[in-house]
Amino acid sequence: MLARIVDQPIEPAAVLAAVGDEADGASVLFLGTVRDHNDGRPVDGLHYEAYREMAESVLAEIAEEAAERAGTRRIAVCHRTGELAIGDVSVAIAVSTPHRAEAFDAARYVIEEIKSRLPVWKRECYADGDAEWLPGDVPGRHAQSSVPGGPHSRRGSEHHG
Amino acid sequence: MRVRVLLFASYRDLAGTGELDIQLPRGATAGRLIRSLREGGDGLGKLPNEPVVAINQEYATLSTALVDGDEVAILPPVAGG
Repeated sequence: MLARIVDQPIEPAAVLAAVGDEADGASVLFLGTVRDHNDGRPVDGLHYEAYREMAESVLAEIAEEAAERAGTRRIAVCHRTGELAIGDVSVAIAVSTPHRAEAFDAARYVIEEIKSRLPVWKRECYADGDAEWLPGDVPGRHAQSSVPGGPHSRRGSEHHG
Repeated sequence: MRVRVLLFASYRDLAGTGELDIQLPRGATAGRLIRSLREGGDGLGKLPNEPVVAINQEYATLSTALVDGDEVAILPPVAGG
């Protein structure tokens, strides 16, 4: 399994290539990308900061939990830090499993857990030169994430769907 | 005892630094550390009463007793992904 914090552009094809097996009939690739607006305000870019050593171990834990859930170790997740432009990939998650339900579920689980407890923060940079750290989630104050029926909606902390 | 304090994101901006070495009485808790930092004034006076902390890279409660050499990170609510 791959679980990395990187400070270089992520190559989605490489993350997808890290999973897959002849026994697998389904592969899922999730990409989180920087979008050009938040709360109606035009965004120039995002700066991501991580508590790097802890983020690597929390990301590995999340991948292990997803692996247990899905019954596979074919999981790869990569989160980028540093200065990101509109359209850049901030996080890539790939999973492959024999059947599609487990792959979709595992990918969803990983992104929800990242948002809930990975020690990473983002600062939005606006066209007018202003910059703001976005509000986030307090790890552990919410029940263990279960895959919801509907979308999460947290003010400021969703940069992609 | 001496602990290494790490601050991130908006908390680092408050402190003006990402790293501090703090002396505490033996057995002091993480909560005690936060109180000391807040009482020290300046930007750190604006830290919340009960921020999230990690001790040696594991999330921990503020009632956890610290030991010499611990690394205590004070973490704003997380916003990854």
